[in-house]
Amino acid sequence: MKKTQTFSVVNLTVNRGDRLVFRDLEFKIKPGTLLKLIGPNGSGKSTLLKTLSGLIEATSGDITSDESSVLGDHEWISGHICYLGHKNALKREFTVFENIEFWARLWNNPDRIASVMEKMGISHLSDTPVRYLSSGQARRTALARSMCHAANIWLFDEPTVGLDDQGLKLLSIAMQHHLDGGGMIICATHVDLGIHSEDMNILNLADYSVSASQYMEKW
Amino acid sequence: MSAQFWSIALRDIKISWQGGSTSAMVVAFFIIVVTLFPLGVGPEQNMLARIAVGIIWVAALLSCLLSLDRIFQADYEDGTLDQYTISPLSLELIVISKALAHWVTTSVPLIIITPFLGVLMNMDDRAFLPIIYAMTIGTPALSLIGTIGASLTVSLRRGGVLLSLLILPLYVPVLIFGVMAVDSMVMGTGGSAAFLFLGAFTLFSLAITPWASAAAVRLALD
Repeated sequence: MKKTQTFSVVNLTVNRGDRLVFRDLEFKIKPGTLLKLIGPNGSGKSTLLKTLSGLIEATSGDITSDESSVLGDHEWISGHICYLGHKNALKREFTVFENIEFWARLWNNPDRIASVMEKMGISHLSDTPVRYLSSGQARRTALARSMCHAANIWLFDEPTVGLDDQGLKLLSIAMQHHLDGGGMIICATHVDLGIHSEDMNILNLADYSVSASQYMEKW
Repeated sequence: MSAQFWSIALRDIKISWQGGSTSAMVVAFFIIVVTLFPLGVGPEQNMLARIAVGIIWVAALLSCLLSLDRIFQADYEDGTLDQYTISPLSLELIVISKALAHWVTTSVPLIIITPFLGVLMNMDDRAFLPIIYAMTIGTPALSLIGTIGASLTVSLRRGGVLLSLLILPLYVPVLIFGVMAVDSMVMGTGGSAAFLFLGAFTLFSLAITPWASAAAVRLALD
């Protein structure tokens, strides 16, 4: 699979119901860089990540990879994007290993399982059913699962929720490793991720939000 | 790709087994509904024999309905459905795979228990094999059509009643042709036409419902 060289968003506008979430959003990221999404609650960080992964339809604008549009291109998205939202998508009935294994097979990467579990420090939990995990351990499992995906672009929504200091450190190492290998990450978080500052850009969604006064003008 | 299709179906079947065995409850419901009729209409043998096939089909429809909301509910709540939507497998195939899992965990146990209920209802001897054939051919349509209702109501908090209202009318062809197929076999008037209609309806659902359900799932996630 050819690695994506640039991933960019052009004039992206997204509505949720009647409400305009953000308008004319533009950014471009290159391999080896992380885009940190910040902004107050409700400024559309999760909405942006969901739009990029194709879960929410954009009202207008375009998402492009290497200058060609990938908006709504399911095949491209499933091969190049790995999305992790607020929800962990783990089944309580199965063990940590079974949960990761299922997705690794679905994504055709079963040989990565052991290494990602070690990366996130959950190897000792392999046979523990997910219902016995703490929220931090469950988050680590979900992150490890996401790392089984061969995707070049990681979209993480608040990945650090519930993680302890060690978990944060392991995540930071894994992210830096992904960046050093030419990967891209877009991550909504308010925590210091410990990524080299030269690899990191910050996008404040508050700059693109539609303020209340402008919103009223519409009517 | 086909390995992924089976792995999703297998996963749902395992969850159903481990999470308090839905199958056992559905079968219990099926038995209770059927046994309520002799209590209601009286234990007259000829009367029971005449209505047996219809009652078993209606009870099977209701039992199937009972477990429909489980098809997408848990996956929607824990975020699995988000991941399925952007997975390499198309959502339409995932819908078929989940309908298959629902059929295996719900309808197959019902088909197995049906001969015993036939005895209980004093069903005609000649109806035993035809009703098993008819249910085997017709029940996949119940699971497939059910995915439409399940996906449309997945984001509603109490979608159960709405689900029944949406889906039961769509089950009517299965009921009509299912009963007709068995009855005409018993009467010796052929019955292959009704069987063919039943099979055609199942194939028709297989062709239509995955698209509808996948669209409804995408809508629910938006």
